[in-house]
Formats: sequence, structure tokens, C-alpha cells
Amino acid sequence: MLGRTFVAGLIATSATMAAADTPVLTVYAGDYFNSEWGPGPGIEKGFEAFCDCDLVYKTGDLLPRILLEGERTEADVVIGLTSDITKKARDSGLFAPHGVDTSALTLPVDWEDDTFLPFNYGHTAFVYNNTLVDNPPASFEALLDAPDDLRLVIQDPRSSISGLALVLWVHAVYGDEAEAAWARLAPKIVTVTKGWSESYGLFSDGEADMVLSYTTSPAYHIIAEEDLTKSAAIFPEGHYFMTEVVAKLATTDNPDLAQQFMDYILTEDFQTMIPTSNWSFPSALPREKWPDGFRDLPMPEKVLFYNEDEAAALRDEAIEAWRSALSR
Amino acid sequence: MAQRALPVIGAILVAGLVIGPVVAVIWRAGGLTSLGAPDYAALWFTLWQAAVSAAVSVALAIPVARALSRQRFPGRSLLIALLGAPFILPVIVAVLGLLAVFGGNGLVNRLGGAMGLPRMDIYGYHGVILAHVFFNLPLATRLILQGWLAIPAERFRLAASLDAPVGRLLEWPMLRRIAPGAFAVIFVICLTSFAVALTLGGGPRATTVELAIYQAFKFDFDLGKAATLALVQLALGVCAALALLLLSPPDGFGAGLDRLQQRWDGQAGAARIGDVAWIAFAALFLLSPLAMIVLAGLPGLVSLPPEVWWAALRSLTVALGATALTLVLALPLATRAGELAGLLGVAVSGLVLGTGLFLIVQPFIRPAEAALPVTLMVNALMALPFVLRILRPELEAARADFGKLAATLGITGWTLWRIVLLPRLRRPLGFAAGLTAALSMGDLGVIALFADGDHATLPLQLYGLMGAYRMEAAQGAALLLLMMSLGLFWLLDRGGRAHA
Repeated sequence: MLGRTFVAGLIATSATMAAADTPVLTVYAGDYFNSEWGPGPGIEKGFEAFCDCDLVYKTGDLLPRILLEGERTEADVVIGLTSDITKKARDSGLFAPHGVDTSALTLPVDWEDDTFLPFNYGHTAFVYNNTLVDNPPASFEALLDAPDDLRLVIQDPRSSISGLALVLWVHAVYGDEAEAAWARLAPKIVTVTKGWSESYGLFSDGEADMVLSYTTSPAYHIIAEEDLTKSAAIFPEGHYFMTEVVAKLATTDNPDLAQQFMDYILTEDFQTMIPTSNWSFPSALPREKWPDGFRDLPMPEKVLFYNEDEAAALRDEAIEAWRSALSR
Repeated sequence: MAQRALPVIGAILVAGLVIGPVVAVIWRAGGLTSLGAPDYAALWFTLWQAAVSAAVSVALAIPVARALSRQRFPGRSLLIALLGAPFILPVIVAVLGLLAVFGGNGLVNRLGGAMGLPRMDIYGYHGVILAHVFFNLPLATRLILQGWLAIPAERFRLAASLDAPVGRLLEWPMLRRIAPGAFAVIFVICLTSFAVALTLGGGPRATTVELAIYQAFKFDFDLGKAATLALVQLALGVCAALALLLLSPPDGFGAGLDRLQQRWDGQAGAARIGDVAWIAFAALFLLSPLAMIVLAGLPGLVSLPPEVWWAALRSLTVALGATALTLVLALPLATRAGELAGLLGVAVSGLVLGTGLFLIVQPFIRPAEAALPVTLMVNALMALPFVLRILRPELEAARADFGKLAATLGITGWTLWRIVLLPRLRRPLGFAAGLTAALSMGDLGVIALFADGDHATLPLQLYGLMGAYRMEAAQGAALLLLMMSLGLFWLLDRGGRAHA
């Protein structure tokens, strides 16, 4: 999934010991980034091949940690902030311009941010088992009209990034009618979970027919498990865009090295690692260079996205529409 | 009077360790924040679900504990150990196990469907209560069972020879002493529930204070609000603790001769059938979700990646360290004031505690260097309330029964502990150690800010696997965690239950 990270202890430890006098680039990443099954180790190897440095990940709570540490932070670079919370990060004034030419980006939305540089993307989507759901809804409207025995599991917008993306998605499609849309969806929602993992676990166990996840989710099952039974329902009303970004700290004591890492993000070497380790679309790689399992995924025709200011302004209203409709 | 001063100093220290970090967060936030209508709704829901969950857990635990205390059957001690498992499971594992039994596609519905029964919907307020009872019935049962086992064997013998009512003369006074404490501890645990309440509650109606804290911290970075809500939680915990102190009368059974307890009551007819039914109910309710976790985990267990095993080793080390620390802290603290201070540890929001500790440590050393001591300390703080609840009644009984004799003989200080008190605490100490070790295996999240990345514990690995879509491996890791927690619990508890 998008940016769950975490650390392989041995790799990080041995890397730290190897380098007493080489410069160290400290990269803060989300919880699960640096596990054996995450994108961290590959990126580290790729970067260390030419940087003459030692890349060290510090994983954990990303934004709260940076904000708590303030200017004392050890981080040179932060990777894995999501686009819906970049406003808080920007307002802290801790980050410096990325200085990278963004014309290479292949995102489905315009991106002209000089601080936060996307390294992947995906869209929210409802994922289902195509051998069990006979008539998957062909549009958002059809999902709202689906019989109440179609069981959905979603994430809470107050505790989960994907849950927040969902309420913004509903707002983007239904606007002022969002609460009425939620009321139609409510009988089908089996339950709401704290995070994505719980939801996907319930879906895998057969507790729900459809789960709020990403358009890229089926690619994992296709590539890693050769399982073709998982599909994402594609809706003509559009899908909400999510991206994870990298940023450079203004306080870094290694500005050249940090810049070198920023310049590495949009290179083909970096980008080709993203699909099968991060299970998301690369942010700067033409579709013909994606792995088969990704290239063949059905893509939304229409992409919906609120920039961080719009998202911040709409958030409370969008969550309230969800809360009041589901509390009845 | 160093003997008297020690518990007070300990209580102040523990209270300081809990309140200090909260104060640090408030100080950093620049003050408290006022709460809005949704916060009060969350507070109300939190309160009543905690009260109902605790009441139902204790009410069900009483007949189950009584049945276990007076019936003997093969496998009884294994069953008692297994029944403790739900309490020590990581939340996400327990929820998936529970739903595999009670969910829409779970065992109950599949069996019911085959028999033509209407579908049972678990999601809603009743689901929240069911899940909290699943987690806490084992703790309540064990706490109350300890009470039964602590009644001197001679009292039962006397009651049997006089044909006196055991229930009114022995069991009721014991329950009046033990049950309020069990209620208070479970009430406080349920105050900080979040993921369980939300998932089983089926949506935003089941919003708890802890969810609001999580939102304030992770999304809004509103430390003032997080701290305000944490203070509300703490205040509720303190109220529960004070009520507990006022409600539980002292032990009045007097000393026994430590003979093996033998029971003459409830051995025939309806009483025996009733006991068997209660034991069967508890076993079925608590063990079937575990069985589902075992079944789901077996395929993934054989192919776990090596880093999961390293994480398991790391978790084991942390668990044993935390157990030693907790017991050392707990012995001098097993007094009224100590228990009041100890209960704060579980009433405080883990997120706020972790943030506060981070703020305190950060000016002096790199937080990552403090990761291990902070982990041990936080685990000890979290386990302390349970350990004190287990130890205090029996320690007080031991002091009441043998304190005067010891004083007459001039036995004081360490000698008193070594030859009088510790041998009498063997059973509760074993139980407390087992519980602490198992809880520390499953601990997660409080120290996320301190994590360096290379100190991942088993629960963190489990979430990592799930986050990377590796559900089968995650279920294998969950089974490994379950086996290790239970194994530790069984070994330590067994050591103390040599003749229970």
C-alpha cells in the first residue's frame, strides 16, 4: 500500500557500523518504509551506489515527530508525508525548496509545489473479490443504489489518511449532497476501522465484500500472489488522488547530500523500484515502463483532487457529513 | 521509618512518571483547549461503555471463577492459563479472531445459517460490550479466582463440618473485597479503548475519548486538545480508583495453615451441573476466537521471514526486563496509596504519555538512545495497576495474619520479606509476573516517537506485514505472538501455582 514503512534492524545496524567517517544522510520515514518488504532497502542501496555516503532511516511517527523536534531535528530529508497533511508541515517553516525540475512528473494532476516532491501516487477505490461479487457497481451512484447486503468496510477519516481521502472523494463527487450520499451508503457499511490494515484484514477474512483501498491494490495480488481475483471498481465520477512526497529540511547540516537525494527521486532507477515495493504508481515514469501487473490495471478516466488549502478548508465539513449520516 | 516512607516515595514517583509527561505536553502546547460537543458525546459514550463492560465482565466472572475454584478436572490448570489469553492479545489480532467467530461471515452465523436461524449482526453497542467482555472476562475471572484460592482451606473445612452456608459466610465477604477492585481496573482499561470500540461499534457512534486524542495528535497536531482529553481520562481513572479504595473492605478471614484447599460445597447435583455449564461457556466464548487465530496463522507460521524472528527475540527481552522492573516497583507499592498511583498508568493515554516523555528527554539526549529504558518503564507503568491489584489483597492479608507475630519475633526489613511475605505471595507473584511478561510482549505504540527503526518489536512487525498486504505472514506472526505471550504467561504463572 501507499507508504507503510518500517525498519529491518540488521540492515540499518550494519550500515551504521560500516561508515565511521563517510557522511550520513538521515532520512525520516513512515512506520513501515524500511522493512524487507518495503521500498526502503532498495532505495538505500541505489543511492549509496553513487553518493559515497551512508543513508540511515529513522522510522516512526513522521510528522508529529518532526513538529515536536522542530529545528533540533536530526533529519536531513523526510519521505512519505501524504498530500493531505502537507499544509501542517509547510506551515512549520522547517522545509526548504526541493530545487528539482518537476517537468518529468507523470502524475494525473498538475503539481507545482516547490517544497514537496511526489515520489508515488494512487487513487482511492473500492476493492472486491471478482469471483464473489457478481455485479460490482459500475459507478459511485450505482454503489449508493446497491442492495444493502453488499457489505462495505471503510476507514475512519479522523484516524486514517485513506479514510480522510474517502470523505474528500465523496465531497468532490456529491458536494453539498454529501451527507445524503453518506446516508444512502450507510446501510451497506459493515463497520469503520481505525486504519487501512484492519479494514483490509477484515476484507481478506471475508467479513466484507468491498473494502476502501487503492486502485493499485490488485497489483499486489496479481504480481506477488498470481491471484487475479481482486479488482478495483472504477467509477466514471472519478477517483480521489493521493500522493506521498519527499522534502528536504531547511536545517540540514548536509545540504549538498540532501539535494543529491532529492535529485535522485525522479530518476528512472528510483522510480522503477516504487511499483513492486511500495505497491503504488511511480510519480515520474511513463506507463510503458511500468511492470505488467501495473500497466494492465484499469485506470480511472477522471481524477479528483483538492490541493492542501482546499482540503484543509473542506475537511471539517466533509468529516461532519460522514459522521452525522453514519451516526443515525 | 524507612519502611513507611518507601511506599509513599514510590507512589509519588509513579504518579510523577504519569503526570509529568502530561504536564510536559500541556506546557509545550501553551495551555489547555476547551472541548466541543463531539468531545462530550465521545466522553459520554466512553463512560457508559466502560461501566457496562466492567459490570458485565465481573458479573460473568463470578460464577466462572467459583466453578473453577471448586471443581477439579483434568486439564484444569491448562484451561486456566489459556483463558487468560484474550487479555494479552494485540488488539488487531483479537478483533480479527473475534470476528471470525461472531462476524457476519463468522462461525456463529454460518452454524446459525445452516440451522435456518436469522443472521446475527455483531456491529453496534452490543458488539463493543461483547469485545470488551472477551478481553476482560479473563482478567476478572483470574482476579476473583485468586480471591477464592486465598480463603484459607480451614474455613472451608469448618464450614463443611458445621454444614454452614459457604456462600454467605465465606464467598460473599470475599467477593465484597475483591469484586469492586476488579470492576475498577476493567473500567479504567475500557476508558482508553479505541480501535476495538470503533470496529465492533460499527462506526462513529462508537467514538471514544482515545480516538479524539489520536486525531488531535496525529492529524491536527493539537497538543493542547490531546492533553486536555488525556486529563479528562486521568480524572475519570482517579475517580474510579478512589471509589475502589472506599468500597473494598479489609480481609477478615484470618490466617490459615496453607493446607491444600479442599471443597465440599457444589460437588453434587444442580450445583455441579451449573459449574460445568459455566466453565463450558467461558471456554467456548474465550477459546473459539483463539482457535480461529491458530487456524489462520498456521500456514504463515512456517514461512515467516527472519526479521520477524529477530523481532520476536527483541520482544522477549523487553518482556522479561519489564517483568523484573515491574515486580521490583510493585512490592513496595502494594498499598492503598500505591494502588491509587498505579492505576494512573493505565488511565493515561499512551500517545500523550509517549509524547510527554519525548519532550522531557529530548533536550538532554537523543530520544533513540533512551528507547530501551523508556520502553521498559512504560511497560512497567502499564502493567503496574494489574500487578498491584493482584498483589495488594494478598500482601495485606499476609501482613494482617503474620505481621504481629513477625513483630513479636523481631523479624523486620528484608528478613520479613524473605521468610514471611514472599513465600506467601508465591501464587500472586507468579500470576503477576506472567501477566506483565505477556502484556509487554503485546505492547505497541506508546514509544513510536522513540523508535529508531532498528528496534522493531513483534507487534510492529505484524502491522508492517499487514501494511504490505502480507496477510498470511501477518497471521503467522500473530500466532507466533500468541504462542510466545501464552508461553511466558504459562511458565511464570505455573511457577507460582505449584499447588493451586
